Amino acid sequence: MIKKWVQRFYLFLIILFLYAPIGTLIVLSFNNSRTSVKWGGFSLKWYQQLFESKTILAALGNTLLLALLSAIFATILGTLAAIAIYHMKKRRQSICMSIVNIPMLNAEIVTGIAFMLLFISVGNLLSIFGIHFEMGFGTVLIGHITFNLPYVVLSVMPKLKQLNLSMYEAALDLGAGEGQAFFRIVLPDIMPGVLSGFLLSFTMSLDDFVITHFVKGLGADTLSTLIYSELRKGIKPEMYALSTIMFLAVFVVLLLVNLSPQKHIKEEQHR
Amino acid sequence: MSNRLIDLQHITKIYDGHKVLDDLNLYFNENKFLTLLGPSGCGKTTTLRILGGFETPDEGRVIFNGEDITNLPPNKRTLNTVFQKYALFTHMNIAENIAFGLKISGKSKAYIDDKIKYALKLVNLDGYEKRMPDSLSGGQQQRIAIARAIVNEPKVLLLDEPLGALDLKLRQEMQYELIRMKNELGITFIYVTHDQEEALTMSDTIVVMNQGYIQQIGSPEDIYNEPTNAFVADFIGDSNIFPGTMVEDKVVKIFDTIFPCVDTGFGHNKPVDVVIRPEDVELGKPGKGTVDGVVSHQIFKGVHYEMEVTACGQEWLVQSTKMHPVGEHVSIFVDPFNIQIMNKPESEDEEAVVLDV
Amino acid sequence: MYKKSLSYPYLVWAAAFIIIPLLFIVYYGLTDRSGAFTLENLMAIATAEHSKALFLSLLLSLVSTAICLLLAYPLALILSNSKLGRSGFIIFLFILPMWMNFLLRTLAWVVLLDTNGVLDTLFKTLGLPRFKIINTPAAIVFGMVYDFLPFMILPIYNVISKIDINVINAARDLGANSFQTLYKVIFPLSLPGVISGITMVFVPSLTTFVISTLLGGGKILLIGNVIEQEFMKGTSWHVGSGLSLVLMLFIIISMVLSSKYDNGEGNVL
Repeated sequence: MIKKWVQRFYLFLIILFLYAPIGTLIVLSFNNSRTSVKWGGFSLKWYQQLFESKTILAALGNTLLLALLSAIFATILGTLAAIAIYHMKKRRQSICMSIVNIPMLNAEIVTGIAFMLLFISVGNLLSIFGIHFEMGFGTVLIGHITFNLPYVVLSVMPKLKQLNLSMYEAALDLGAGEGQAFFRIVLPDIMPGVLSGFLLSFTMSLDDFVITHFVKGLGADTLSTLIYSELRKGIKPEMYALSTIMFLAVFVVLLLVNLSPQKHIKEEQHR
Repeated sequence: MSNRLIDLQHITKIYDGHKVLDDLNLYFNENKFLTLLGPSGCGKTTTLRILGGFETPDEGRVIFNGEDITNLPPNKRTLNTVFQKYALFTHMNIAENIAFGLKISGKSKAYIDDKIKYALKLVNLDGYEKRMPDSLSGGQQQRIAIARAIVNEPKVLLLDEPLGALDLKLRQEMQYELIRMKNELGITFIYVTHDQEEALTMSDTIVVMNQGYIQQIGSPEDIYNEPTNAFVADFIGDSNIFPGTMVEDKVVKIFDTIFPCVDTGFGHNKPVDVVIRPEDVELGKPGKGTVDGVVSHQIFKGVHYEMEVTACGQEWLVQSTKMHPVGEHVSIFVDPFNIQIMNKPESEDEEAVVLDV
Repeated sequence: MYKKSLSYPYLVWAAAFIIIPLLFIVYYGLTDRSGAFTLENLMAIATAEHSKALFLSLLLSLVSTAICLLLAYPLALILSNSKLGRSGFIIFLFILPMWMNFLLRTLAWVVLLDTNGVLDTLFKTLGLPRFKIINTPAAIVFGMVYDFLPFMILPIYNVISKIDINVINAARDLGANSFQTLYKVIFPLSLPGVISGITMVFVPSLTTFVISTLLGGGKILLIGNVIEQEFMKGTSWHVGSGLSLVLMLFIIISMVLSSKYDNGEGNVL
């Protein structure tokens, strides 16, 4: 009993550690005072001003669009890659998996400057032919797709390993074409992996700063880079308000998904 | 009471509101090969886990050598377990696996080395000390799991379906091996299986269980020849189980036909279940037996032919070395000694037991 | 069963955006402005300022990795033993904070840890000893542990929760008490997860420039800050690439170490 209590308490401490800053930000978003240190009374004014700030809303638009596009592209590319890699011979497979892992294991700063060098060199090369190319939304998108890929591949791979190959063969045997067999049999079966790859990509893209920092060029600010550029002047409290809205929205959605009765039935059946 | 090695008293175990074991009473003697036999979910594995200390019963006591060990953790018990899927430590080599328990109990290195040698010899795997578990076949891993358990000189070895993952040939081989090891070690084996053939081959005593209750305890011969109820009869080997009426002592009626038997004490005109083993049904020329019938199915099973004969409004399963083609008219005769009479189950619960199988 | 061509889009992408960019770093790192081969950019690490930054980075990332391991291992054990572990609860718990911007999350610690901040005030009212941590290396370690702890917990939890319960039962059965079972059986079997967790925390800690900027008050330079300035303040891309190559050496060492133990079990996902 005591052991259980100690375990609970430890878990609670870790959760407190992880969520204390988030709680702080939520509190600050309602703080009437501009300085983060003093409590100036409850206020919703940052929420009001948030919707009047064009810079923040533009950055929010960029961030969400980037997250959505990069997650979609990475999911398609990564799922195909996972299927192909899964069916490779052992040696080729392990080589490919090492490549897949590079953007995840490599330092973000190294990935970031590598992209920067690439894009600037390509820009220089193209300018010889009179084509104007500079870093912006497109290069950030490429960067995000690239670092999202490993998360998709690694989410889909385990589902492929669980997939019963005879199901695919049975579909062919019953007259389905390869495409039909894939979309009707294989894809539904690995869907949980594909979906979690997509959600993970979306989240990672949303939360990224370092790579965006190096490849955004002059335009295309995301929320992260906007916050970074505001560091010296002090963070606008509107940012706290926006983050609070985003966090609570996702919190509610995840809570609903996790508490939905359907999932419970599924888990019961698994036991 | 004196030579009872283990005594399970009034054991009840409940999972999620479902009674897995209900007031189970069972004792085990020294130096015996005991088998807990039953379909999955009958409570046999739970009984074994309670013995090993991996589960605590909700009610009842476990007495070992006169001591109450109900709440003793597994590491304090002088019983050892051979797990279903071997559960070898994959990060240790074979010698380290076998030495695990001995090192924990602080034995000397010389003693441990001796024991490893002895144990590997016992399981016929001399020279495997340095191998890793992953490099061994299933059968070999199983032997190592046994070696790892017996070096600790337990009074009782618990085996949880140890042969379940092996193929048929290896399984039969291991059955003889296990009997040999048990005799060599002179300790009690408590063996859990759902395979009736395994149970019949190896055991001194079989405990047939179903739905948390003990159905019958007895020697393999008793269990096979004298099943106490329809569940046991049906679970052990193939059986014809017919509804019948006990007309009077030594006379039973199946449908309209009177069969002589040897059972007494069931009363007059009592509904009963009649059990007849398929190999005990003798076929002959029409009119020469107790009742006539027609062969409706026939297949070759290697050792014998298996046929179905329609007679008395029932399908009779018959095993015989002589072939009777489909459509042939035959007579059926059963030696009175081979007719087993059982009381009808009284409650619906017991009825369900039969339907489940 | 599947056509090989399915892998081509990915392979082309990987070549263009994973392999070639890395080759650019190698090229810039080993050449000077005129394009001639040189080792000078690599040797730049030896200057007092750079080697001090590298040393501090190594020290802080080792300390934060060790703290993460000490915090995460018991937690992974607890989670793998409890019902909470079975549901999506853990993923939920560790992914959710990512929806609060990474920079803001880290910055919030300034509010919490600052002199006269939330914790300081709390300590003062409770009469506990006060501390000054913000703008010190300790604050940076604090931020590293906070940001990367989930990357230690997840792989360890994944491996431990997959250990066959009967292997643990077998150890108990053979006489091992809980502690002996932990260090003789569970810990060795969980090593792939531990190693993978160590790389997942060590590499980003070693190379960060954001955490040190946010919590170090801009005065403490880590090797990440040095490289970032070489690029963004326009000092020298060649020196920056050279230093990156040195940094990659450490990353590769830790990746090789982890792949030695990796059998796919220790993946974060």
